Amino acid sequence: MLKTFRIGGVHPKENKMSASAPIEVMEHPKRAVVPVSQHLGVPATALVKKGDFVKTGQMIAKGEAFISANVHSPFTGKVFRVEETLDSTGFRRMAIIIDVEPDNWMEGIDLSSDLKREIDLSPEEIVKKIHESGIVGMGGATFPTHVKYMVPEGKKVEYLIINGVECEPYLTSDHRLMLEKGEEMMIGIAILMKGLKVNKCIIGVENNKPDAIAHLKDIASKYQGISVEALKVQYPQGGEKQLIDAVLRRQVPAGKLPLDVGCVVNNVGTCFAVYEAVQKNKPLIERIVTVTGKPVKKPSNFMVRIGTPVDMLLAKAEADVEASGKIINGGPMMGKALVTTDVPVTKGTSGILLMAKAESNRNEEQNCIRCSKCTTVCPQGLEPHLLKILGKRMDAEACEVERIMDCIECGSCVYTCPAQIPLLDYIRIGKAKTGAMIRNRSRK
Amino acid sequence: MSLLVVSGSPHVHGDLSTKKIMWGVVYAMIPALLVSFYFFGMGAVKVVLVSVVASLFFEWVITKYLLKQKPQISDGSALITGILLAFNVPSNLPVWIIIMGALVAIGIGKMSFGGLGKNPFNPALVGRVFLLISFPVQMTSWPTPIPMFKAPMLDAITGPTPLGVVKEGLRNGESMETVMSQVPDYVNLLLGNNAGSLGEVSALALLLGGLYMLFRKIITWHIPFSYLATVLIFSGILWLVDPNAYVNPLFHLVTGGMMLGIFFMATDMVTSPMTPVGQIIFGVGVGLLTIIIRVWAAYPEGVSFAILIMNAAVPLLNKIKPKRFGEIVKA
Ligand code: SF4
Ligand code: SF4
Repeated sequence: MLKTFRIGGVHPKENKMSASAPIEVMEHPKRAVVPVSQHLGVPATALVKKGDFVKTGQMIAKGEAFISANVHSPFTGKVFRVEETLDSTGFRRMAIIIDVEPDNWMEGIDLSSDLKREIDLSPEEIVKKIHESGIVGMGGATFPTHVKYMVPEGKKVEYLIINGVECEPYLTSDHRLMLEKGEEMMIGIAILMKGLKVNKCIIGVENNKPDAIAHLKDIASKYQGISVEALKVQYPQGGEKQLIDAVLRRQVPAGKLPLDVGCVVNNVGTCFAVYEAVQKNKPLIERIVTVTGKPVKKPSNFMVRIGTPVDMLLAKAEADVEASGKIINGGPMMGKALVTTDVPVTKGTSGILLMAKAESNRNEEQNCIRCSKCTTVCPQGLEPHLLKILGKRMDAEACEVERIMDCIECGSCVYTCPAQIPLLDYIRIGKAKTGAMIRNRSRK
Repeated sequence: MSLLVVSGSPHVHGDLSTKKIMWGVVYAMIPALLVSFYFFGMGAVKVVLVSVVASLFFEWVITKYLLKQKPQISDGSALITGILLAFNVPSNLPVWIIIMGALVAIGIGKMSFGGLGKNPFNPALVGRVFLLISFPVQMTSWPTPIPMFKAPMLDAITGPTPLGVVKEGLRNGESMETVMSQVPDYVNLLLGNNAGSLGEVSALALLLGGLYMLFRKIITWHIPFSYLATVLIFSGILWLVDPNAYVNPLFHLVTGGMMLGIFFMATDMVTSPMTPVGQIIFGVGVGLLTIIIRVWAAYPEGVSFAILIMNAAVPLLNKIKPKRFGEIVKA
């Protein structure tokens, strides 16, 4: 029996339409928009101003706070402006806008495609390099990676867990990466293991990617302590806590971190970025983006420089924007609906999903029939039907008692609810209220 | 570019719907429905039709004119209540009494609480118990079944249910052997060839429907299993203690409303607990109460009362929380 996590879960239609499309390199835009906040945490501070000339790979914004990340220029060119622009979150945020010229790379970046296997840096230098290179969680959460590697005194890490699950339907960027950049990724894992000073690593991959599993197993056999675990297809297995439970049978207690059960979790995309940063001296300036959905004629996986407009990706994949009713940044379960396609690709853009008009609208909400299916599928063991009522009432105290802050917003409950209730909308309201209450309390 | 829809995640939905669930329950009732037509003929057809039409009508009228909402009768829930109510009455019940039953079931049992999903008690049972208390004579004169095509369309004779025979006989001091010789054998009890409410007579047909619902995941095993096991164990203990005073557990299982209760009434999702542990306690509670009423109380049958009483305990049972993620830290 294949392993999976032990509470709840759903199995949405996989729809991996772009799974067999090899990674294609995306052309450069004429103008790129590089937000200074592409990560979870405090925005970085812009280091350049209008009119400055920047080289590809040059740091253009510095993450000064503890939880923040540096931003490097993905292109060579002149800074057109530094101003607030709409990004994929739907908010106006500070961005550095660059008029793109042909690449002129920063000195010291190794552009060859030769594999570099020997790891020269010490653990401390590795973490420093990850920090400098602006690497964040590439699965979509965009948590600054180096922070995870600053293990506090007294905590012992036993395992590095690598997330190759890609449990979101439609998305295939991780799948393609594992197939095409498996060697690099595996070196990245070895680097992370060294940085973390652990000798055990488990790569979790869902069983709907047998080619990737076989390929990685083959590569991993050359390494000490790295194993590949085929997992049963079950959403949301890519959730950190769910993944640890699936591969190790350890459950991170509420409000605690993977570190508390001796684990650090990273995405396969992050491992590749680490390889590039540490071995090639190349900061995080590009990523793989899946463009997919029914209205897309050529579902594709692109290697895209950060800052490239989503519009360009849509055009290259021959997407029929007119026929789509909804365009999502990310997967269908946790992705965010875009207000416009005139936004740039950022470090967290794992995919762009177009939904046909007919599938874009929600079904009409009906009365809850108390079937408790939402409770059955909730991977966190919560009662979404109850949280919905409490959230709607904005009763923060009751929400806290019912553990609303444990909700990982995976959407399994909404996906399942026969009465078509948008439970998560209300739960988010409850979470916001409860979060504010908790912050107020600790401030006092 | 035309405007895009922007809404919170998730952006896809599984194919489950209230309608699908409700119609699944309706399909599961078809075997028992057919058996009732077979044994009780046009009487059963008439009762079912009247009950269903009246239930749908009251649901529609009340939603539209009293609650002033869009009627949702196509969701199938009123249809289920209609069929279940018919299942719970004798096949010769006068039309006007059935209509009253439907009015109480839908009007008081369901809509007075705000409609689908808000009622604490199983509406069909509310209707049935109301009828049982208000019209005890009509509600307890059960026609004995005449298999279709086997007899001319005579006026059926009425007689007591097997459970009634047993209760009456034991109360009159007859021996268990004599009592049991007066009731149909197990084959007939399983098939439905015995006197009783029209939908409850065939244990086999109901079991079939129950298994279908389990298979389609419309219901889970927790309530049916715990209910069934409790009935078997509890009545089994009594039987082992004194087989002359207490009927054997199998008899309990295949008579009266037991199977109907186990699979169709106790499992009503609206009125049963929402966590597995709560559901198991609920099933055990209904099982104990059913046997207690059957064995020691005035009524020969206790399924309806037992379920209604446990329905009242559901808010309390819902205080039991599901297993949270993180509670099992170790393997
Ligand atoms: S969105 Fe939250 S409440 Fe709903 S299933 Fe996921 S974790 Fe549970
Ligand atoms: S899944 Fe929907 S209908 Fe069922 S209990 Fe949860 S909220 Fe109610």
